[in-house]
Amino acid sequence: MNYTNCGNFKSDYSKDTALFQTGFSRLCIYSLLIALVVMPFVLDSYFIYIANMIFIAVIGAVGLNILTGFTGLISLGQGAFMAVGAFSAGYLSLQGMPFYLTIPLAGIITAVVGAFFGIPSLRLKGLYLSIATLAAQFIIEFIIIRAEPITGGVIGLSINYANFFGVELDDDFKFYFLAMILAVSMTMAATNITRSKIGRAFLSIRDNYIAAEAMGIGLFRYKLMAFAISSFYAGVAGALWAYYTTIITVENFTIMVSIQYLSMVIIGGLGSVLGGIFGATFLILLPEALQFISDFGSNYYPAITQIVGSLKEMAFGLVIILFLLFEPEGLVRRWKLTKAYWKLWPFSY
Amino acid sequence: MELFFQLVITGIVIGSIYALLALGFTLIYKATDVVNFAQGELLLVGAYICLHTTVTYNVPFIAAFFLTLVFTFLMGFCIEKIFLRRMIGEPIISIIMLTIGLSSVLRAIVTIIWGTDTLTFPEVFSQAPIVVFGLSISQVYIYSIFAVAIFLGLFTIFFKKSKVGVAMRAVASDQQAALSMGIDVKRIFALSWAIAAVVSAVGGIFLANINGVNTSLSHFGLKVFPVVILGGLDSIIGAIVGGLIIGILENLAGGYIDPLIGGGAKELFPFVIMIVVLMIKPYGLFGTVEVEKV
Repeated sequence: MNYTNCGNFKSDYSKDTALFQTGFSRLCIYSLLIALVVMPFVLDSYFIYIANMIFIAVIGAVGLNILTGFTGLISLGQGAFMAVGAFSAGYLSLQGMPFYLTIPLAGIITAVVGAFFGIPSLRLKGLYLSIATLAAQFIIEFIIIRAEPITGGVIGLSINYANFFGVELDDDFKFYFLAMILAVSMTMAATNITRSKIGRAFLSIRDNYIAAEAMGIGLFRYKLMAFAISSFYAGVAGALWAYYTTIITVENFTIMVSIQYLSMVIIGGLGSVLGGIFGATFLILLPEALQFISDFGSNYYPAITQIVGSLKEMAFGLVIILFLLFEPEGLVRRWKLTKAYWKLWPFSY
Repeated sequence: MELFFQLVITGIVIGSIYALLALGFTLIYKATDVVNFAQGELLLVGAYICLHTTVTYNVPFIAAFFLTLVFTFLMGFCIEKIFLRRMIGEPIISIIMLTIGLSSVLRAIVTIIWGTDTLTFPEVFSQAPIVVFGLSISQVYIYSIFAVAIFLGLFTIFFKKSKVGVAMRAVASDQQAALSMGIDVKRIFALSWAIAAVVSAVGGIFLANINGVNTSLSHFGLKVFPVVILGGLDSIIGAIVGGLIIGILENLAGGYIDPLIGGGAKELFPFVIMIVVLMIKPYGLFGTVEVEKV
């Protein structure tokens, strides 16, 4: 389902892997970037808050998609890896480091931890690996709670806002630019990874790891690399989260968070950077939309406010089920179909 | 030494409930190749239904117990028919996510109907402990061990002797061969979900009698993974043995390690065991080793 314009043909491989396939797609991306810069000046702070949450989620989901979508390694530990990122950023920032050092460092620390927990992936596949990462989730949570001198235990850490050369990023508006720049650049990096040698190695491991190994791809190396890259993304997302909320507790990174990120990847579309973005946006907007509906509905039916939490959980589950049953390839496929439809509109045949 | 025996007995009780849950999990996995992350929610629904019928409608416990079994049987049947039937042949991640979605829907329904507070059963089993060999054991423990043992025995006989049970084992070992021998594989799929829901409900009802019911009971669903990994994913005897081992070790860890480090070891220990098993013997004690062919 790769629809391209008439006359858009390629005469060499480098064009086939180009970042922008057509001039129009380049135009679209640039206008999207401009829109992202202009947006916070127009929107009110609630929408900026949602946008910030989406940026954080996009980083995490794109990272998980590299691991699960591209390499085919199912991980139920993304939440714990985010916790590692958040707590490393928190600890380093309490030591007096500025945020532009702590965020990448948090990413690197998480990458190391992720690679360590990725070691079983060499021996385990599919279901067994997902169960092993589930154990990783619990083990990391336990270690964080126990490592009180570093992480503050159950109480967690409380840090200062990020300080950008004297400007405190202490509200939604200021934080927006940090989150946006990180989300855009990391998405860009992910796109570039997927069209490089590493990305192709990941895809071949997913499609048939025995054939991949026979063709000279070092499974151990690339699987660990997938874990490290994906955990790096999780770590950065966690660090961003830490600077956004400034209070870091392990409750924000439970198994439910891992499940949520996996659902983002599924709903958005496995094996596509765009899928991670779509999925993250969709799953962040869903509870907010439900909240809006319930606020509206509470005028007529006050009891709804008590069950809105359960309704959100139910909607979350239903969305996953419905997507798996009716659109297993996720929002990305919908998006491509829509694009194809409008390209030829109104003469779609 | 008394502490040790107390812990072992609690471990056997909890372990036998793990065994029931793992039995349900294994049944579904064996017959339909589905990894069920919603096992804990099946337990939760069973516990709540039984509680609701006894408390609200004043049905005697035994009758409520069997009513619950009938209800959960139908529920398991419907879940398979509505959701899982369409997922046959899908990749493993889709199936995992589907059951996760299912678990979240079931949990939400339960909280909408019954709220999040802990509800307790009216006194079904008398509170007075029984003293055996100098150890005082509460009666509900004894009843649940016996009930679980009876159920496990019944299921073993069911699989070995009854026509349906043999058909289920046939489907588990080779779907195509079973199909060509005239076994209705679709019915077996639905039936294995139904039975899994029933055994989970039994576990849930006894847990509810021990601790009361709230939504956190569904965490038992995640504990099923260490059990089935230890016992072997597709082995029924493995589920039972694994359940008991994990239950006992977990309680021993809770009794001896927790005081040293200040809690948390009990919850973590099964998963540590699981990692060790995964690294040295990934197919568990009794599981079938998958041979991979190019």
